Amino acid sequence: MTMAKPPHRVLTAKRRRLYFLLVAAITLGGATVLILSAFEDSLVFFLTPTDLKTKSLQGNQVIRVGGLVEKGSVRKRDNGMEVRFAITDLNNRVKVTYRGILPDLFREGQGVVAQGQIGIDGVFAASEVLAKHDENYMPKEVADALKKSGQWKPRAKNKGVTPAMGAKP
Amino acid sequence: MINEVGHFALILAFILACVQAVVPLIGAARRDVALMGAGQMAALGQLTFVIIAFASLMHAFVVSDFSVTNVAENSHSAKPLLYKISGVWGNHEGSMVLWVLILALFGGAVAGLGSNLPPTLRARVLAVQGMIGVGFLAFILGTSNPFLRLYPAPSDGSGLNPILQDPGLAFHPPFLYLGYVGFSIAYSFAIAALIEGHVNAAWARWVRPWTLAAWCALTLGISLGSWWAYYELGWGGFWFWDPVENASFMPWLAGTALLHSAIVVEKRGALKRWTILLAILTFVLSLLGTFLVRSGVLTSVHAFANDPERGLFILGLLVIATVGGLGLYAYRAPSLRTGGLFAPISREGGLVLNNLLLGTAFATVFIGTLYPLFLDAIGAGKVSVGVPYFTLTFVPLMLPLLIVMGVGPLLSWKRGDLAGALSRLRAAAIITGLASLTIILLNDGPAYAIIGITLAIWLITGTLTELAERIRLFRTSLGSSLTRLRHLPRSAMAMTIAHGALGIVVLGITAQAWKSERILIMTPGQSTEIAGYTITLEKVVRVPGANYTAERATLLVARGGKSIAILYPEKRRFTNPPQVTTEAAIRTTFLADLYAVIGEQQTDADGKEKLSWTVRLYHNPLVPWIWIGTVFMVLGGLISLTDRRHRVGAPRAARTQPQTSPA
Repeated sequence: MTMAKPPHRVLTAKRRRLYFLLVAAITLGGATVLILSAFEDSLVFFLTPTDLKTKSLQGNQVIRVGGLVEKGSVRKRDNGMEVRFAITDLNNRVKVTYRGILPDLFREGQGVVAQGQIGIDGVFAASEVLAKHDENYMPKEVADALKKSGQWKPRAKNKGVTPAMGAKP
Repeated sequence: MINEVGHFALILAFILACVQAVVPLIGAARRDVALMGAGQMAALGQLTFVIIAFASLMHAFVVSDFSVTNVAENSHSAKPLLYKISGVWGNHEGSMVLWVLILALFGGAVAGLGSNLPPTLRARVLAVQGMIGVGFLAFILGTSNPFLRLYPAPSDGSGLNPILQDPGLAFHPPFLYLGYVGFSIAYSFAIAALIEGHVNAAWARWVRPWTLAAWCALTLGISLGSWWAYYELGWGGFWFWDPVENASFMPWLAGTALLHSAIVVEKRGALKRWTILLAILTFVLSLLGTFLVRSGVLTSVHAFANDPERGLFILGLLVIATVGGLGLYAYRAPSLRTGGLFAPISREGGLVLNNLLLGTAFATVFIGTLYPLFLDAIGAGKVSVGVPYFTLTFVPLMLPLLIVMGVGPLLSWKRGDLAGALSRLRAAAIITGLASLTIILLNDGPAYAIIGITLAIWLITGTLTELAERIRLFRTSLGSSLTRLRHLPRSAMAMTIAHGALGIVVLGITAQAWKSERILIMTPGQSTEIAGYTITLEKVVRVPGANYTAERATLLVARGGKSIAILYPEKRRFTNPPQVTTEAAIRTTFLADLYAVIGEQQTDADGKEKLSWTVRLYHNPLVPWIWIGTVFMVLGGLISLTDRRHRVGAPRAARTQPQTSPA
């Protein structure tokens, strides 16, 4: 549109609308292409350890796995920079390895969500570990995963720590 | 006793809101001055009662009255006073009372200050405000009573989430709400205009300051939240494209588009229907934001535990506001007469393009935020949309916007001269080219970052070119240029500042491509290098705080062998509620931040603590410019509010902004 030379006759409303629609079509079309191509790369599916057992995955697909950090499973290596642990939904478990700093609230027996890929050895190589909730709270996916595996025990109502709108993780 | 007064005041406010929603509408239809006037009394009465309710709740928090459930669950007697006060809106019930308070303040402002509005328009605006008030007061009274008593009263409260005990966050929600709820006025004006059946320049002149005030507050609110996330979360990032952030960003994008299209309505009488639609959409998005955050449907890293009944209620309000607003729009908009023909290349054309790009950018954020909810709702699996999605869709749409922003303001209304505008931008183009060449030669970074920096410089130089043209710099004597600068309309000055400020923000964001990061395990005495600084961990000690104990690290910062600073990052352990927070230590030069975080103490195989800690260090170039830029954007908005045409056309409209900040 910025390229078009203004015609020197009076623009009719119809003609103006045509220009407008043309630019709108280009912008929206471009955005659609952007959205579709971006979705292909950045949609991450959430699975439970049980799902991992039952569903087949494409090789190298980035996924999120959620559940509880299995008690007694956390091992640190390489001077603490590499961590191995298991995520469980109390029916099935998956081994996870992660290099990096664990979030403040990472604890055995607590809810956790890990993002990464399943390696050839069946060990989940996490690139990100999320546990950014308070100690009484369970990530929604983890609660759903536990409900699915039939192991959900509703806890005492949590402390009602509900930050006001717009609060960050 | 005071709590019961507060509860009773809320009920009275609800009844007055019901009156306000109905009586002025009838009055406007019958041209009955008395009935129309009743709307103003009801609005002012509603405001009074909501203030009483809010003050009672604040009183309960300040004196730590734990016989009130809300106080017992969210406060603690050992908390500093500031956080007792911010605790009022640090929880669901209290934050909804704040929401309604701001709504009532805006309604009261229209009632009290709108004497120069056509009486039927004012009556109808107040009626729509009343309807929104009815919905939200019913929500509070029905599902979220903040004054619920607790028996027996506990001896102490459970405390406010320590991560929220922070001055930056204490004022983040009120500003966000001022923005969200401020857009309700734009919505009410849009609905009232649809009922009236005509839109004119006077309408736009009224809507714009309100939208501008709301926009300023929302900008500041988002900026405060982002700043808080930056220094409090300890990841060194400032924006995570988290659903809750997006929930506040979507109304911002729509509101920004609305600000610009309202200019076209005011100056040229064109784009009326589009502006009405945007006004409806902006407030609907604010409601959507409220719904997303308050209902707990979002799978967010945020800890919101809410009950679904509340979500359904807000969803109901959202549906009524959307269907009602859009339905009325579909029915009435075709009868709105539009005027003001313009050529594609013109100021109007540029603003249309601005709206188109902002609208499309909004759509990409909307899809990315709601797609996971949609998939989950139809049972197609749980997904999350990652940050790459937003950088791949939102950012490319902003690039043409930045290019157009440099040119658009130089085009004249109705029919612009693109060749002329471009030739006036020659100097700006040369400066931009030279600057980006320098960056490429000095500091080779990723291509997208160089494009970003180039466009930011283009925007800043283009904006300054427009200012120079206005004051005829170098074309006339310096003195006469300065005189012109002094007599420049405030709105023109405001545009220069706000657009230039966006350039500064873009510079700050893009410069993050050059950030450096170091994560390592350090033992006392050990040193490491980052961005030319030598950082030495001297010691880590345990320090008691007000309601926590901290592990405080002492990091010595040296450059070229000379010691220049000491950083004290902390990890704080709170007991009420039990939680760990990270306090980053930041040394800023305004050109870059050195950012240090102390992590977990290491343990050996037997679980015994070792004398070593994880330490994270970041060097973030230009990062303070992001927030400095947003402050200037807000400043631009505030200057525009003081423009003569608002003072003359609508004598006191501009003054409502500072008054609306809740005590």
